[in-house]
Parts: sequence; C-alpha cells; structure tokens
Amino acid sequence: MASKVDARGLSCPQPVILTRGAIREGNFPIEVWVDTVTSRENVRRAAEKAGLAVDVQEMNGEFKLTIRRKG
Amino acid sequence: MSEKLTRFFASRWGIIVAGAAIGLLAPLLQKWGNPPNMGICVACFERDIAGALGLHRAAVVQYIRPEIIGFVLGATIAALLFREFKARAGSAPIVRFVLGMLAMIGALAFLGCPWRALLRFSAGDLNAVVGLVGLTLGIAIGVWFLKNGYNLGRAHRTHTAVGWIMPVIMLILLLLLVFQVKTGENGALFLSTEGPGSLHAFWLISLVVGLVIGFLAQRTRFCTMGSIRDVILMGDTHLISGVGALVVVAVITNLVLGQFRTPAFFGQPIAHSSHLWNLLGMTLAGLAFALAGGCPGRQLFLAGEGDGDAAVFVLGMITGAGISHNFTLASSPDKLVEGVRQVGGLTPYGMAAVVLGLIFCLIIGFTMRQKVEG
Repeated sequence: MASKVDARGLSCPQPVILTRGAIREGNFPIEVWVDTVTSRENVRRAAEKAGLAVDVQEMNGEFKLTIRRKG
Repeated sequence: MSEKLTRFFASRWGIIVAGAAIGLLAPLLQKWGNPPNMGICVACFERDIAGALGLHRAAVVQYIRPEIIGFVLGATIAALLFREFKARAGSAPIVRFVLGMLAMIGALAFLGCPWRALLRFSAGDLNAVVGLVGLTLGIAIGVWFLKNGYNLGRAHRTHTAVGWIMPVIMLILLLLLVFQVKTGENGALFLSTEGPGSLHAFWLISLVVGLVIGFLAQRTRFCTMGSIRDVILMGDTHLISGVGALVVVAVITNLVLGQFRTPAFFGQPIAHSSHLWNLLGMTLAGLAFALAGGCPGRQLFLAGEGDGDAAVFVLGMITGAGISHNFTLASSPDKLVEGVRQVGGLTPYGMAAVVLGLIFCLIIGFTMRQKVEG
C-alpha cells in the first residue's frame, strides 16, 4: 500500500504539509515528488524528524524522495 | 563539494551562520551611515526605492538602496553557482501582488519589516516587542488557513528569461544610482537630502553587504515569517534558530558600537509608541507574508533564484509603498516638541487601511482553499 505525493510547483510549506499528511495516513513507502532543492531539504528534514528513512533520487531537475519506516 | 556545502547550509549551523551574519552586518551598516535602528529594513528600503523612482513624493524617504539590489543579485549568484536557478511562475500572481501591497501598508504602519522589528528590539526599542507579537498573531492566523487547505496553486517551470527579469531590474536600478541619473529638475531620480533617506552607507559597502547576505540567505532559506510559522505549524525550530542568532549577535554588536539605548517605548528612532497600531500593522503584515509564503527578505531571495511569483510580490510591496505614502497611510514617528511628548502613529486613513487590509487577507484565506491539482 504505497502512497504518492506530487508537490511539484507548490511553494513552501505545502510540500511539507502534504508529506506530513501522508505520513499520518501511514501507507509506506511514500513517494514524494518536488522540484526545488528547498522543498527537497524541507521534506527530508520533516521525514527524518519523524524517525523515518529517506532516499533521494534526482531526475531531470526534479526530485523523488522515498520515505520508509526504518528497519 | 557542492553537495557537502549544500548540506551544511541546510543544517542548523548553516541557518545560525546566516542569522549571525545579518545580526553583525546590519548594526555595522548603521555605524557606516544607514538610519538609526535601520541597518537593514526590507520594507523601508523598498519604500525608499519607490520614492527615488517618484512613485511617492515623501521627500525624506527617497533613495535607491543597494542592499535590496544585493539581496536579489546575491541570491542569483548563489543559485547559479549551486545550479538552483530555476525560472518558475504562475501561482496566482495577482493575489501575490495584492498581498505584497497589503504587507507593505501593514509594515509601514509599524515602521518596519520583521527584520527591522528584530533589529529595533536588539537596540532597546520595546515597541518592537508589540510589533513581534502582532507579527506572530498574523502568522498564527495564516497557519490556521494553511491547515484548512489554503493554497495559491502550483507554479510551473517557464522560460529561463522570465527568471532573469527581477535580477535585470535590480541591475538597472544599480546603474541609475551609480550614475546618479536625474532626468530634469522635477524628474527622477529623487534622492533625499534630509531625513532617513539621506542617511546611507557608501553604495559599494551597502551593495557588498547585500550580496553577502543574499548569498547566505539563498543557501540557507533564511526567513523570519517561516521561522515563526514552522514553530506554530509543526514545532520545527530550524529556521527560528537563525532568527535567535540574529538577535543575540545584533544585541552584542549594538552594545559594542554604543548603539544600544535604555529600553523604552517613547521616542525611539524612526518609531512610534501607538501600541494598537504597532500590533495591528504587524498582524496585517504577518498574515500577508504567511499567505504569500515568505517574509519580504525571503521574497527577494526567491525572486533572485528565478521565482517570478515572488518577484510579483516584491513589485506589489513597492507599489504598496507608493500608495501608502501618497494616501498618508504610513505612520509618523514620536516627536518631542518643546519638551512635550507627541506620540506618533497612523492617520485615520492609515487606520482604515490596516483594518480593510486585514479583512481583505481574511477573504483571501477563506476563499482560496482549492484542492491541489496537476
């Protein structure tokens, strides 16, 4: 039951709000798409703060963050 | 290397370095010639630029402030070096323009942006506390809207040239200043010969300081509004540690430079002690910043890295400054006339503008709660 958040083009703090919503729903792994480094770092920080593992891939100037439960 | 630096700037130490740099450089700019407790004020400096261009005729607040130019271009340089320059636009520009105007009207009721509120506080001006309470209140209302789905919609990638418009405007402003362009006795530029507009550090110093701060702030995403918003929204203290560093370093620098005054309300430099309007002015500004996603400094840095919507917000603020002074909506400072204390503040028009501005922002918050779609 994976979930996907498309936060491309959304400005701060929308990507983080949407990601936190997806984390609350708890359907891991969560795939988050963003298109600025600011959003990438903000989403990464929010997920790591929640004790989750984050994997980042860059594709054509956009970023896919995969958020998983640790372990 | 670039990725390592990016991670450093994104870390807590990164944001503390940026805040500390502002806390050090702003009081120094004041020492070097900028107006009292106004080493840096994004709102006031954009207002001065509006005046220099003749968008308002308040003769004491007209100057092309190189700090503003530096903020934008410093962010452009940082974004280019780290390959983050990305032209984007299209997220409700007219709303952002109006929010910029209203933010400026609110800031000029208080006489300062959030940065100046922090700097005023760091020099003993207690009215800044009232202003910061108002700012927090406005941001808290904004957070409530955010939690309830407020959203201005997506921006989209666009032609690279779109992202360059604001940096080029800034370059043109710089050329106008450096060559002291004057198109006639009653033509622009208008440069103050007295009052705050006449007080400024040598332009090259202001520009270099602006470039340094613009560079650091682009890398670290320094934002005063965001710092308070993140604490209220999710208990995240990342950005506010930068604001804390700013205040601590500014207090120390002001003490060392002899710029710290005995803490008081009345008679602070370029400030008034009309509490209600300090509070409500900054509530309006805080709400408008929260709805637009950034404090005025942050909007300049975003505009520098190619964000066309942030650029529209900046133009809204500059227009708002023109309207504010032309309609006498800006506050006047406290005065001591022949030993009698005269508390400054707003005209009835200014009061009406702040209240109407708040109502306008509330309408924006309530009516723009669309779902995010592709």
